Amino acid sequence: MTRKQRRLVLIGGGLGVLAIAVGLMLNAFRESIVFFNSPSDVADKHIAAGTRIRLGGLVKSGSLVRGDNLKIRFGVTDGNREITVAYQGVLPDLFREGQGVVAEGVLDGAGVFNADTILAKHDESYMPKEVADVLKKSGHWKDDYAQRAAMPVAGAGK
Amino acid sequence: MIAELGHYALMLALGLALIQSVMPIVGTRGSDAVLMSMAGSTALGQFAFVAMAFGALAVCYATSDFSVLNVFENSNSAMPLMYRLTSIWGNHEGSMMLWVFILTLFGALVAGFGNNLPAKLKANALAVQAWIAAAFDLFILTTSNPFLRIADAPFEGRDLNPILQDPGLAFHPPLLYLGYVGFSIAFSFAIAALLEGRVDAAWARWVRPWVLGAWMCLTLGIAGGSYWAYYELGWGGFWFWDPVENASLMPWLAGTALLHSAVVMEKRGALRVWTILLAILAFSLSLIGTFLVRSGVLTSVHAFATDPTRGVFILGILVVFIGGALALYAWRAPLLKQGGLFAPISREGALVVNNLFLTCACVTVFVGTLYPIALEAVTGDKISVGPPFFNWTFGPLFLPLLLAMPFGPLLGWKRGDLLGATQRLLIAAMLAAVAIAAGYALQHGGPVLAPFGVGLAIFVMAGAIIDIAERTMILRIPLSAALRRAAGLPRSAWGTAFAHFGIGVTLMGIVAVTAWGSERIAELKPGGTIDVAHYRLTFDGLFSRPGPNYRDLVGHFTVRRTSGDLIGAMEPSRRTFPARRMATTEAALMTRGVSQLYLSLGDPTPDDSVAVRLYFKPQVLMIWLGALIMFVGGALSLSDRRLRVGAPRPAKAQAALRAAE
Repeated sequence: MTRKQRRLVLIGGGLGVLAIAVGLMLNAFRESIVFFNSPSDVADKHIAAGTRIRLGGLVKSGSLVRGDNLKIRFGVTDGNREITVAYQGVLPDLFREGQGVVAEGVLDGAGVFNADTILAKHDESYMPKEVADVLKKSGHWKDDYAQRAAMPVAGAGK
Repeated sequence: MIAELGHYALMLALGLALIQSVMPIVGTRGSDAVLMSMAGSTALGQFAFVAMAFGALAVCYATSDFSVLNVFENSNSAMPLMYRLTSIWGNHEGSMMLWVFILTLFGALVAGFGNNLPAKLKANALAVQAWIAAAFDLFILTTSNPFLRIADAPFEGRDLNPILQDPGLAFHPPLLYLGYVGFSIAFSFAIAALLEGRVDAAWARWVRPWVLGAWMCLTLGIAGGSYWAYYELGWGGFWFWDPVENASLMPWLAGTALLHSAVVMEKRGALRVWTILLAILAFSLSLIGTFLVRSGVLTSVHAFATDPTRGVFILGILVVFIGGALALYAWRAPLLKQGGLFAPISREGALVVNNLFLTCACVTVFVGTLYPIALEAVTGDKISVGPPFFNWTFGPLFLPLLLAMPFGPLLGWKRGDLLGATQRLLIAAMLAAVAIAAGYALQHGGPVLAPFGVGLAIFVMAGAIIDIAERTMILRIPLSAALRRAAGLPRSAWGTAFAHFGIGVTLMGIVAVTAWGSERIAELKPGGTIDVAHYRLTFDGLFSRPGPNYRDLVGHFTVRRTSGDLIGAMEPSRRTFPARRMATTEAALMTRGVSQLYLSLGDPTPDDSVAVRLYFKPQVLMIWLGALIMFVGGALSLSDRRLRVGAPRPAKAQAALRAAE
C-alpha cells in the first residue's frame, strides 16, 4: 500500500468510529434525557402521566407522612403549586421538611409523582441550583438560601 | 504574620513566573544561552516561593489560626490534625494552592533533572509551564486568596464539610491533581515543540515518563475517589457518571490514548502530529476538569463556589490556553515532519485503534457532561443526562477496545501477523467461552449479557498472561531458561501486561457487582433480622458513641451465615457534626474475599426501629484492585525508563532488549 492509501485507511477508520460514536450518542440522547420541572411547570406544560422527569422544589413543611415498609409521601412545592411525591426507601442524609429536594420518577394517572430517586442537599444551607432557579421564578426566593450555596448533592437511588 | 508571609511569597512567585514566561523564549530566538538558562533558576525559585506560601497556609491550618478567613470557614480546632491539614484542599482556595504547588514542583523537577534536554526545548517548555503558573497565581491572588484575614478573629472555625472528613479524601484530590498537573508537562513540551517547529522520537521519550506518572496518579486518584464515594455516600454505588467523576475520567481517557500513541512515536517516529494534539487535549481536559468542578457551573459534590468573577477568570484561562494551544497547533503542526510507515495490521495499527476508541469514548463523556450546560444556556431547558446515556455510548465503544486489547501486544511493529496472534489467543478465547457457558449454567435470573461480560474480562486477563507467556516462551523451553527470559524482559513489557490484566480485573468486578449484586431495604426493630445472599443479619440495638468533633448513633448488627455460623458484627452509624448541624451516614463494610457486605442506616424512627439498607456486593473489591494493578503496571513501565534514557548502555543489554521486543 502506498502512503496515501494507508492514510486513507486511517482516516476512513477514524471517521467510521466517530460516526458510530455520534450514532450511539444521538440514540442514547433520545432515550435517556430527563427534563427538570417545577410543580408549576408540570401543571403548565401538561406533562403526561408516564413521562420520566425530575421534579424539584421545597419539601412542604408538615407534609411528610411515613407509611409501612419505608413508604414515604411528601409534598413538593415551588410556592405556587404542590405535587405529592410517593417514594419507598431510605431518604438521603439531609432530607428535611422546608428544604430543597429533587426527585426523579414518573407521574401516575392520579397526579401523584412516583419517585424512584431522591436527591437532596448535603449541607443545611445548600440549595440545588435548579430548585433555586425555580424559587426565583416563582418569586419565593429568599436571599439567605444562597449564602452557603453549592455544597454537595448526594442522592439515594433505589 | 505567617499568612501575610505566604501571601507575599505567592506574589513573588507570580513575579518570577512572569519573568520565566518571557525571557527564555526571547533567549531561544537569538540562541542566547544565558537567557535560556534563566528558565531553570526561575523555575526553582518559583517552586521555593510557592512552597513557602503553601507551607504558610498549612501552618495556619495546623495551628487553627481562625483569623484567616479560609481556615475559619473550613476548619475546626476539634478536628484531628490530619483533617485540619487535608481541609487545606477541601475548599476552593486551598485546592488552587495545592494545584500551583504541584505545578511548580514539576517545573522545578524539569529544571533540576532535565540536564540532557536540548537547551531550546527545555527553555521553551519551562516558559510554557510559567504561563500556566502565572495564570494560576494571578487567579489565586485576584479571586481566590486563601490568606485573607477577618478583622475580629472568631473563637472557633466552621468545620470542614463532614462528608469530606475521611481518610479517602486525604489522598484522593492530591492524586488527581498530580495527574492533572502531570499532563501540564506533556502540554508544555507539546507547545515547545510547536514553537520550535520540530519534534522527534527523543521528544516522546522525554514526555512519556511524565505522562505515565500522571496517568498512574490519575488512575489511583479516580479509583480512590470511586471507593470514597462508595463507602462514604452511603448508597453503595461505585460510579455515578456524576459530572465531577466525568471530569476526571476525560483526562484519564485522553491520557491513556496519549500514553499509547507516545509509544508509537518513541519506537517508530510515527503519529507525531497526533501525539502532540493528544498532549494538548489531555491537559485541556485536565483544565476543564479542574475548573468545571470548582467554578460551580456543575452542581455537584465538589462544587465549592459560585462566584461570577471567578467564573469569568476561569473562562478566560480556558479560552486562552485551550484556544491558543489549538490555534498554535493548527498553524504549526503542518511543519512537523511525517514519521515512519506501517501497515494497518501491526502494533502501530493496534495502537491507533486503541486511540480511536479511547478518544471517541472521551468525546461521548464530554458531550454527555457538557450538553446539559450548553442546552440550558441556549434554550433554558434544564435536563439531566443520566447513567443510561453513558452506558449506551461508553459501553459499546469500550467493547471493541477491550476485545482488541489482547491482540495489540502480540502484533509485530510495522507489519503484524493477525492470524498468528489469533492462534496464540485461542486459549484465552476458549477460557472465555468456558466462562460464558458456566455463567449461563450457574446464573439464575441475572442479566442475559452478564456472562459475556465475565467472558470478556477473562479474555482480557488471559490475553495479558499469554503475552508474557509468549515472550518468555514458558512451557516451550526449560523452566530455568524461561525464567531467565522473564528476568530479561524489559520492564515496560511487564508494565503492559500488568496494566492490561488490571483492566480485566476491574471489568470483572464491575460486571459481577452490576449483575449479581443484591439489595435489601427494611425497617428493623431490635431483634429483627434481614437476609441477603447467604448471610443473615440480626439488629441488636442502637447506642451512642462520642467522637472528636461528632457524635455517632451506632447500630449493632450480628452477622451469621444463613446456616447459623457466626461470622462477626457490623456497626454502621449516623454521624452528627454539631459545628455544621449536619449528619452523615457511615456505612459498615464487611469484606468476604473480594466481595463485601454493605450496611447503612437511615433515619431512626421514634419507636426504636431503624431503616437499613443492606447490599451484597459480589467481587466489588476487584474494581479497585484492578486499578491498583494498573498502577503497578505503570510503575513497572516507569522504572524501565532508566534503560531507555540517560547514559548509553552496553551493546549486550541493547541487543537483548531488541530481541525481547
